[in-house]
Amino acid sequence: MEDLRKAAETNIKEYGFPVAIDEKSGALQWVDMRELHLKYIISIENIQEFFEGLRDGKLLATKCKKCGELFFPPQKDCPTCMDSDMEWFELKKEGVLETLTVIFVRPPSFSAYEPYTVAIAKLDDGVRVTAWLRGDPQKVRPGQRVKIEIAKRKEGYLMYEIVPVEG
Amino acid sequence: MAVAIIGAGQTKFGTRKDVNMPELAWEAIKQAMQTANVEQKDIDFMVVGNAGMWSSEAAVPALMYEYGKFENVGSMRVEAACATGNAAIRVGYTAIESGEADAVLILGVEKMQESPNPTVIELIGRFGSYFWEFENLGLTFPGYYAIHATAYMAKYGATEEDFAKVAVKNHHYGAKNPYAQFQREIKLEQALNAPYVAWPFKLFDCSPITDGSAAVILASEEKVKEWGIEEKIWIHSQGVGTGTANLSRRESFTSLKSASYAAEVAYKKAGIDIDAPYKYLDGADVHDCFTAAEVIAYEDLRFAKRGEGVQLVREEQTYIGGRIPVNVDGGLKAKGHPIGATGVSQAVEAWKQLLSKAENGRQVDVKNGRYLAHNVGGTGHYSYVTIYGLEKPR
Ligand SMILES: [Zn+2]
Repeated sequence: MEDLRKAAETNIKEYGFPVAIDEKSGALQWVDMRELHLKYIISIENIQEFFEGLRDGKLLATKCKKCGELFFPPQKDCPTCMDSDMEWFELKKEGVLETLTVIFVRPPSFSAYEPYTVAIAKLDDGVRVTAWLRGDPQKVRPGQRVKIEIAKRKEGYLMYEIVPVEG
Repeated sequence: MAVAIIGAGQTKFGTRKDVNMPELAWEAIKQAMQTANVEQKDIDFMVVGNAGMWSSEAAVPALMYEYGKFENVGSMRVEAACATGNAAIRVGYTAIESGEADAVLILGVEKMQESPNPTVIELIGRFGSYFWEFENLGLTFPGYYAIHATAYMAKYGATEEDFAKVAVKNHHYGAKNPYAQFQREIKLEQALNAPYVAWPFKLFDCSPITDGSAAVILASEEKVKEWGIEEKIWIHSQGVGTGTANLSRRESFTSLKSASYAAEVAYKKAGIDIDAPYKYLDGADVHDCFTAAEVIAYEDLRFAKRGEGVQLVREEQTYIGGRIPVNVDGGLKAKGHPIGATGVSQAVEAWKQLLSKAENGRQVDVKNGRYLAHNVGGTGHYSYVTIYGLEKPR
């Protein structure tokens, strides 16, 4: 893409338009002069206790006061009861590893990271958590015990991680 | 009102720097209209499957209305991630079934290579649950399916070699399909020695980033009669299912619930025995965006019992001559996966196979007169199972 952009800049001067030739096919391409940056602003107004929980070292789910269902990731509404009467419930942070993958080809927005392991664990409380797995992915296997720890990410903010339990 | 496919067309899939969006779409539309022998004025509704974002033009229905000189036609663009093509068919099929339309043009088109690969990887990773899976975890599309592959390996003892065999099969047939992105065979060792994309998936376990377009013309039973159409296939049934956005809200990672539900609905409506559906079918196109996804599809579609899908691979039961030929067009793996065009291309393949128009070496034996298409959006977020047949449905 950088090559095409440079070629287009040169071609504006030499040829009169932002164009470049695709190397493989030899076909002429117009190199878009407009660029779009996307960054979303997402409301966490109704689940802010979850983030406050992380600050206190807690992993919180929401629990419907009427039917008792646990929701993780936390959500504001219980669709079963058609109600929003929820309380915050502290998860025990222990469970079983169900599955994992190691992301080698990373999106550009994660290029600052080395390959990372994403895993899903089923906590003893019954809910599942998807998170990064800390440690060597070759030393873990589905079915083994894991715990949740809260740690600082590279970007400087807190996030929950899955950590294998020794033995 | 029964619904038939009376014309079909598709472009060469792959890197299509030689054409822009409307030119690419028109290639498929033109073939579909010519095989159906219809003109613009015969079409009263147009549905375009296009996921977009990576490509420049967003108003594709209007763009093609203009480019193709259509008139008095309703239109819309639909999106259901990688099942976008079948979602477009769903809209056209139900419009004719309900009597709201007589002849519908279904177009699936995607020009993914208008953006550089890293941008596409970035965008497609966001097809899961954005906030809880992408924002902080950076799950990629191969990653979502790799999570299923790992679970399947752990539960049933499948290996990376088993998955590689799926790629070998699909490349074998892709090599015989002039419309495929990769028209070359691969060796097992080649697949096994390729670099990891998302463990346990390596390069050859993954479908590519593709430009391509496919189109079909759907017509009502009445129009088929009025126009005296001889070459056609019928839509016998279609099942549609939905799954959770977030993987952690699912009970199982060795099955896609939305797909097994869609299959049940489709089999029931078509009167197909759910315990041995392959006995009613001549072949199937399944959504092999990743090799393990094809194995899981065998089980969700009940071509094999739970845990035995991998046996079909080992015994080469999904080659022509086996229990049921699967993806003999190369599948998403070798034919390519232009998101919005994929599901429509499956319909084009069913049309070709049932009418015995497939190329040498990849034509199935047409005995039952039925073909199945399984198209999954996201990681089981949307599933479509469509059954096509030669005979007019009851
Ligand atoms: Zn409730």
